[in-house]
Amino acid sequence: MTAGAQSWRPGASLAALRARATLLAQLRQFFAERDCLEVDVPLLGGAFGSDLCIEPIVAAVNGVPGYLQSSPEFFLKRLLAAGSGDVYALGKAFRNHERGTRHNPEFTLLEWYRCGWDEQQLIVELEALLRKVLGPLSTLKTTYAELFSAAVGLCPHTASVEELHRRALQYGSWVATSRVAALDLLFAELVEPTLPGGLVVVCDYPACHGALAVVEESAAGYPVARRFELYCDGIELANGYRELTDSAVQRQRFEAELAERREAGQPLAPIDEPLLAALESGLPACSGVALGVDRLLMRQLGTATIDAVLPFSWPRCR
Amino acid sequence: MATFSTNDFRSGMKVMLDGDPCNIIDNEFVKPGKGQAFNRVKLRNLKSGRVLEKTFKSGETLEAADVMDTDMQYLYEDGEFWYFMEPESFDQHQADATVVADAKLWLREQDVCVVTLYNGVPLSVTPPNHVELEIVDTDPGVRGDTATGGTKPAKLTTGAVVKVPLFLDRGDVVRVDTRTGEYLSRARD
Repeated sequence: MTAGAQSWRPGASLAALRARATLLAQLRQFFAERDCLEVDVPLLGGAFGSDLCIEPIVAAVNGVPGYLQSSPEFFLKRLLAAGSGDVYALGKAFRNHERGTRHNPEFTLLEWYRCGWDEQQLIVELEALLRKVLGPLSTLKTTYAELFSAAVGLCPHTASVEELHRRALQYGSWVATSRVAALDLLFAELVEPTLPGGLVVVCDYPACHGALAVVEESAAGYPVARRFELYCDGIELANGYRELTDSAVQRQRFEAELAERREAGQPLAPIDEPLLAALESGLPACSGVALGVDRLLMRQLGTATIDAVLPFSWPRCR
Repeated sequence: MATFSTNDFRSGMKVMLDGDPCNIIDNEFVKPGKGQAFNRVKLRNLKSGRVLEKTFKSGETLEAADVMDTDMQYLYEDGEFWYFMEPESFDQHQADATVVADAKLWLREQDVCVVTLYNGVPLSVTPPNHVELEIVDTDPGVRGDTATGGTKPAKLTTGAVVKVPLFLDRGDVVRVDTRTGEYLSRARD
């Protein structure tokens, strides 16, 4: 961190700040033309996702814990269940402990939902948005299994946890003995470096990576999550699901994650009961995707660090 | 001893890894998809000089290494040890051949070098980036040949052999870049 007299200055150039303003306007225009409603959902909520690897930043609201939301997902789904139709949120999201050249604990996220669409239709729209913002780009659409098998030599769906864990130990002695943990480390260490330039859409995640996605039996006979991730020039930009609408299954997944959190001694937040009630009352079949806007701007401007596109990254806020 | 978390790792930080002091070269925060965060860290083992890459679970800690870079004046060598002095305190330190290593080719008495101390004992020696040393042996100079760009080997007072232009002669003093071992210029005297 720069010390002394300069430290009050922003990290982004004036040109980067203008580009950010233009980008936000372009994104809003894209959805205005496509009949998707912008909604301004709360950043602070009384519940938080139980995702094992996403930690909340906790605030006290009238003495009660409030959680700065890691994405607008739960509020957007409540709106969808209330009959809003297609909606998007463009705003801040918060994730504790995430800080690096591509991470800041407070960042800008664009998340949208399309009713009646499957994830493949949503991928087409995501590509159209990226081409509008970034210009012409090649696209490679592939599956998690295809990339993983080629780079690691094991099938991510059918290899045993022991086999995957043994491989993962070569890259991190700290890796937990779980399928998710082993897959994540191997994907980051062996698959991501092999991704070609341009857009790469990775579909059909292993069932254990389901989170809030529909899990279905694939043609090959094992379950896959209808989840996708989009990489641009090797950098992860977006994550999408064909959304799980079954409240009972969603409750089971939340409770299983909470149990794992409890076992690992991780902080616990209450389950989002209003979300489950909304699912119970009926979430329309839909797909949703979240896109990191700061990284999109980094790609547009060709900067190597997120600090160069944020007026004030976290170290400059202190 | 203090500890550092992966969140605090910065290049230049000295930490203990598997019993050896290491210098952190690079620290990259990685978070795959929605997976567990980890740090990809590049370190130089200060004993062996080897660079290694290792991943750490995010938030993991390492003990700080008691390693300090200190400016010291090189005094002399006695065949077994090289002697250095801290200019403020006049404290002297001796370093053996493994510690001095290739730096010995560039050490001129009175020059100020960086001596890296580990638990107070010399671990490595870094000579100044540029040193001026006298040629003690080379083929006779070709007077006036400053243009052809030809070179010849020349042995310097320290025993180092560098390639110098043809016009230079025994007794000339040359300026050398110690990081590359390359001749830079003839030194004025």
